[in-house]
Amino acid sequence: MARLTVNLCGIELDNPIIPASGTFGFGYEFAELYDINCLGTFSFKGTTKDPRYGNPTPRIAESASGMLNAVGLQNPGVEAVISEELPKMRQVFDKPVMANVSGFSIDEYVYTASRLDVEEQVGWIELNISCPNVDGGGVAFGTSPEMAAKVTAAVRAEVKKPLIVKLSPNVTNIAAIAKACEDAGADGISLINTLLGMRIDLKTRQTLLANTTGGLSGPAILPVALRMVWETYKAVKIPIVGMGGVSSSEDVIEMMLAGATAVGIGAANLIDPYICRDIIQTLPETMDKYGISNLKDIIGGAHG
Amino acid sequence: MKESIFRILTNKQIAHDTYEMILRGNTEHITRPGQFVNIKLDGFYLRRPFSVCDLEGDDLTIIYKVVGSGTEKMSTLVPNEELNLLTGLGNGYDTKSSGKAPLLIGGGAGVPPLYWLAKELLAEGKQVSAILGFNTSNEVFYEAQFKKLGVSTLITTADGSYGIQGFVTDALTNLESFSYTYACGPEPMLKAVYDAAETSGQYSFEERMGCGFGACMGCTCKTLYGDKRICREGPVLVKEEIIWQG
Ligand SMILES: Cc1cc2nc3c(=O)[nH]c(=O)nc-3n(C[C@H](O)[C@H](O)[C@H](O)COP(=O)(O)OP(=O)(O)OC[C@H]3O[C@@H](n4cnc5c(N)ncnc54)[C@H](O)[C@@H]3O)c2cc1C
Ligand SMILES: Cc1cc2nc3c(=O)[nH]c(=O)nc-3n(C[C@H](O)[C@H](O)[C@H](O)COP(=O)(O)O)c2cc1C
Ligand code: FES
Repeated sequence: MARLTVNLCGIELDNPIIPASGTFGFGYEFAELYDINCLGTFSFKGTTKDPRYGNPTPRIAESASGMLNAVGLQNPGVEAVISEELPKMRQVFDKPVMANVSGFSIDEYVYTASRLDVEEQVGWIELNISCPNVDGGGVAFGTSPEMAAKVTAAVRAEVKKPLIVKLSPNVTNIAAIAKACEDAGADGISLINTLLGMRIDLKTRQTLLANTTGGLSGPAILPVALRMVWETYKAVKIPIVGMGGVSSSEDVIEMMLAGATAVGIGAANLIDPYICRDIIQTLPETMDKYGISNLKDIIGGAHG
Repeated sequence: MKESIFRILTNKQIAHDTYEMILRGNTEHITRPGQFVNIKLDGFYLRRPFSVCDLEGDDLTIIYKVVGSGTEKMSTLVPNEELNLLTGLGNGYDTKSSGKAPLLIGGGAGVPPLYWLAKELLAEGKQVSAILGFNTSNEVFYEAQFKKLGVSTLITTADGSYGIQGFVTDALTNLESFSYTYACGPEPMLKAVYDAAETSGQYSFEERMGCGFGACMGCTCKTLYGDKRICREGPVLVKEEIIWQG
């Protein structure tokens, strides 16, 4: 179905649908339910140099049309990802996958990205400089244009695969940060990561999350994500993976009109595990409804 | 795991703030007592997890306590309404290691999964006893159902308004020897049973869940056998692996 294909940093995707990092594990839970080769690609769980247990529980809280998470980058570490997860993933997914990388220093980012860069299965490196749930990590790099440029340039110098930098919405000027990453050599931008939030339990008068704060995702954040994708599209020429609250084929089209070349789907997978497959199936019908013959034609279409 | 639509057959109050709901749908992925289902409710973003209390062909029973707005909403649902369920979640209890005379210990909203477990153990020819603990007399449920199965059942209430006064562990002395322990209930109860019971056993835990099927890492706990997701490698842990967090 060529009308759904898009090109993300030089790699052709059968469709723009990309399950977002942290909501799709390494793919196998979903592969039990449907053939995940129908996806454009997916971004696997945020990987760090060393194994991480993550934050204490409760790590999850509900909110109107969304959820907070404070998982804190639980992952087995890059060596185990390469020796155990990637071989298992190969059994269920034969397309290039997006490797989501986190770190606590520039050296760690460079180390982890370089280790994954040489893996044949990896199509793109997605540099997560936006995790709000770990102290001193991730988000510290994502909140200033200078730091974002520094880590992007350092990783760029060491990796050959397309480099996508994932930005935090918890900033005042997203466009400036995106531009700094582009200038430092990024091949693409993905956004948004979760919005920092919290909940308090009325009965105990304590915060619901053990980590106090967590990241908000789900339909509640769609308008914020659209606005930030819109601003980023105006500021950069490299492709954008737009995400935040996307839950239907209509949302996918809206995200692309704002400027996204591909579309990430996060929390929605947790509530309806078939959602990505279903969105891919319903996209052609929704495109017909809105007179779209080819998805490529609508990227940034709302910018006039 | 399977996602499918279930139709409500009955939804009735059986004790104070406690309801029994029977649902009909595709149950083929539910394989073991101790597993749970994750229910989508209109108006709520996250699904709500509930243990399978009983399974008869296509009919699934859950028992839920009203503790917040989701369970409040469930209590207003009427027969023939449909619900979207993820079924076949979690590892469930292993009945094979129970020995000849297993003891089931449940507290409040932890009692439901022990009912189906009791049926399975009895079907394997085991001699099953149970201690079911509640706060007070109007919260007691399923005593008659357990007894009808042939389970020798003791009830405790914290205020002594019914059965034995005290906690489930206070009833342990009323029992002859037992070979194994299966427990489900609030964490302080599980810890008390863990400390009091001399036998090995299996303990079912709760955690706040994002997905219920292993994708989000929201429900992880530490065990002596490595990190586990309560929704996938749990909710049932064997006694030997449990690490109690402060
Ligand atoms: C594996 C498992 C099996 C369970 N089986 C039963 C059962 O058989 N009967 C029963 O009455 N209850 C059971 N529970 C607890 C039940 O899931 C909660 O009482 C219910 O989710 C509360 O929803 P609410 O909207 O009324 O509460 P709210 O407090 O308004 O819910 C807010 C959020 O917190 C979550 N939450 C609140 N309390 C709990 C809890 N104790 N455990 C996990 N998540 C919680 C909710 O799912 C929701 O996402 C089980 C929980 C787990 C994890
Ligand atoms: C449970 C959970 C875990 C996440 N873990 C990661 C992660 O490891 N790395 C990352 O870059 N983003 C992570 N995210 C952010 C998502 O990839 C996505 O950017 C965000 O949730 C917004 O999209 P959504 O509203 O569709 O969920 C996580 C989100 C959730 C809900
Ligand atoms: S609730 Fe998502 S992994 Fe257990």
